[in-house]
Amino acid sequence: MMLQVTGLTKIFGGLRAVDNASLGVDEGRIVALIGPNGAGKTTLFACIAGFLPLNAGRVEFLGRDITGLPVHEIARAGMVRTFQITQPFAKLTVHENIAVGAYQKFSNRAQAWAHAQAIAEQVGMAHMLAQPASELTVAGRKRLELARALATSPRLLLLDEVMAGLNPSEILEIIAIIRQIRDSGVTVLLIEHVMHAVMSLSDHIHVLSYGKIIAEGSPQQVVSNQAVVEAYLGRGSTEAADAAAGATHA
Amino acid sequence: MTSTLKPVPWALHLAVLALAMAFPFVFPSSFMVNFGVMALFYAFIGQSWNISGGFAGQLSFGHVAFFGVGAYASTIMQLRFGWSPWLGLPVSALAGALVGGVIAVLSFRAGLKGSYFALITLAFAEVLRIVTNSVSFTGGGLGMLIPMKASATNFQFAERIGFYFVILMLAALSVALAEWLRRSRFGAQLAAIRENEDSAKALGINVFREKVKVMLLSGAISGMGGCFFAQYFLYIDPLVVFGVDKSVEMLLVSMIGGAGTVYGPLVGALLLASISDITRVLTQVQGLSLVLYGSLLVVIIAYLPNGLIDLFKRRRKPTGGQA
Amino acid sequence: MDPTILAAATINGLLLGGMYTLVASGLTLIYGVLHIINFAHGSMLMLAMFGVFYLLTKFGVDPYLAMVVMVPVMYVFGYALYKGVIGKLSNGKDENILLITLGLSILIENIALMLFKGDSRTISVSYSDRMIELGPTLVPLPKLISFAVALALCAALGLFMQRTDLGRAIRAVAKERVGARLVGIDVDRIFAISYGIGLATLGAAACLLMPIFYVSPTIGHVFVLVAFTVVVLGGMGSFLGAVVGGMIVGLTESFGGLYLGESLGQIGISLIFILILLLRPSGLFGARQ
Repeated sequence: MMLQVTGLTKIFGGLRAVDNASLGVDEGRIVALIGPNGAGKTTLFACIAGFLPLNAGRVEFLGRDITGLPVHEIARAGMVRTFQITQPFAKLTVHENIAVGAYQKFSNRAQAWAHAQAIAEQVGMAHMLAQPASELTVAGRKRLELARALATSPRLLLLDEVMAGLNPSEILEIIAIIRQIRDSGVTVLLIEHVMHAVMSLSDHIHVLSYGKIIAEGSPQQVVSNQAVVEAYLGRGSTEAADAAAGATHA
Repeated sequence: MTSTLKPVPWALHLAVLALAMAFPFVFPSSFMVNFGVMALFYAFIGQSWNISGGFAGQLSFGHVAFFGVGAYASTIMQLRFGWSPWLGLPVSALAGALVGGVIAVLSFRAGLKGSYFALITLAFAEVLRIVTNSVSFTGGGLGMLIPMKASATNFQFAERIGFYFVILMLAALSVALAEWLRRSRFGAQLAAIRENEDSAKALGINVFREKVKVMLLSGAISGMGGCFFAQYFLYIDPLVVFGVDKSVEMLLVSMIGGAGTVYGPLVGALLLASISDITRVLTQVQGLSLVLYGSLLVVIIAYLPNGLIDLFKRRRKPTGGQA
Repeated sequence: MDPTILAAATINGLLLGGMYTLVASGLTLIYGVLHIINFAHGSMLMLAMFGVFYLLTKFGVDPYLAMVVMVPVMYVFGYALYKGVIGKLSNGKDENILLITLGLSILIENIALMLFKGDSRTISVSYSDRMIELGPTLVPLPKLISFAVALALCAALGLFMQRTDLGRAIRAVAKERVGARLVGIDVDRIFAISYGIGLATLGAAACLLMPIFYVSPTIGHVFVLVAFTVVVLGGMGSFLGAVVGGMIVGLTESFGGLYLGESLGQIGISLIFILILLLRPSGLFGARQ
């Protein structure tokens, strides 16, 4: 297990945003974290990556307890996250943005810039290297977010809704890129709402609802899991679906 | 068009340096050489503000704290301990860095950012002003007077041009530092911190440590500016070297010229020194130059937020695809 | 220490605190509630005080009566300044507002310097020297009046914020700008109104301060840090906090002067500000972050 989260709980005032959640990510996999809106997925990410202090639980990464470590140390250990609402370095160019990530691995400017260029090519941004990040479209920013994190040479990439706001062809491109990233040896944990992407990419899925992990398994297992369907569509939806199916068949 | 990390071509650096070196020979009058000294002086201390405010995005209203500490440190070493005035430069750099470090550690540990940070630096500078004003060791409100004894070994020059070349060297060093920031990993990390701290952290940057480092650097430069000031004017007092006016001037010079650029402070300093000298020559009206500075600041923030340097860059716009 | 001296210092400190609360009440609204970093607060007060000065010396208007003129004039001035300059030119960024108000304060202060020269001016009215006996010490009547008005003003502003529709709208904007827009509140107008109210309180403060204090173009410097200290100490946006904060700052200055001498005694304000920001930035009455 590259990443092992055990019993993570995060409370805001009276709200249990994450409730005793446990999940594991094997090295070399693409693992998805899904769940209805407001389930607490981004909060869980933020806790794992060190942005929020936990109320309870542990996070182990590469065999090391990283619970409570500062964000930058977790990032240096090899776990890097992207943000759901993109946060580019607005006044810097695409190349410079990615270079900041590359500087994590290379302290020499020439090497960092070359690596940044290679990463840009990998995610298909090579033609916009000189563009200021503030002028990018949503799709561009998402891709930049991904590229920047990738440039740090992470072991584990936490992608938060990297496909939100993309059109179908952009989504297909990102899917290919993510697969390529995994193939190059980076483990991926992603939060995603675009279901067909989740289905086609993931080796393993965890489902979060109201802060609790309610199911996990392969895509096929999760999709046919009653609790999961109800979490998305409401209580009684499976009976209603059955009833409707029965009615049409009858 | 923006304060990027693009290096400035060496040719430009050499051209500016050559012009600056020729200046006092082309305009040898005392008035003009003084203008040159003041312009370079403000470019130097402005660059100090620029490094922490422009490059790293930490707006400070209290930079005069480092300046004043440097001025007093070098003067006290000279007057009370008989040290060579030239040693005042490293002493003031250390003193400025120390104060910069302390303020940085306290403020950033407490998570202060943006306007809170600006205001707390103002308060720290005020504390220093009040203390030096009240303590006899620093001469209290009367300040300290350095006896005039013009000789190069005494860091005083009978001819102004001597001071000119000293401040030119210092200013050149500060430009070199800024250029290094544009090209280095440290500078890129500072830019990241300026643009978005959370993203910077997420990419592995130790934001706290880098912010403290930049304040150490900035404090050292301001400190040296204080030492030079003391030697040039031979008199310092709490109001002059810890008063809020200097903080504002350091900020103005950088913001008007172009925060985060290498030559912004120089452009700003040339403009401000020109305004200052011209208004002083034309009218006896007190405060006119500052009225102009204040208006310039408002205009720049509103219409040219990247400073006057932007005007130069826009004219030389490369054929990019941007609107 | 002689108890009479201590008592005198306490009373003095409280009255001083009243002055500071008066000056800071507007900033409590502008900065405390809306986070407009109004660095020009001090120089605006200076302008208002010059206004009161000239109303008396040129037109013979009593400073207290001058409130009838000063308050609305400052309101309109504040509204127009925000609408026309601050709001428009800052593009909504906090950093820009800080720098623009800094620029404005430099501008205003030096225009005043150009027009009025650097000398201090004081006024003298029939009741300037009227003393009231308060325990062991004699207190100038105007100081007592300003103290009372300070409390009343903060109470009024506090009630205004809680009970009136406009106050609610202001609080809504302060809490959640986008949401306020969505329910139909004209956010820009609210900012302008609030800034106007903030400056209007400075108009009142000027009228109350002129009989006690002096005015010179650089007086803004003195008041800016004090005002911010009171607001931050009291807890951003809390008018009760502004009163308590003002008292604490006033007492600190009074006792600081007593024990440390006039020069070093001033250090109390800056130290309070630093300590509060480092240790408890939400202030005494502010919401815990």
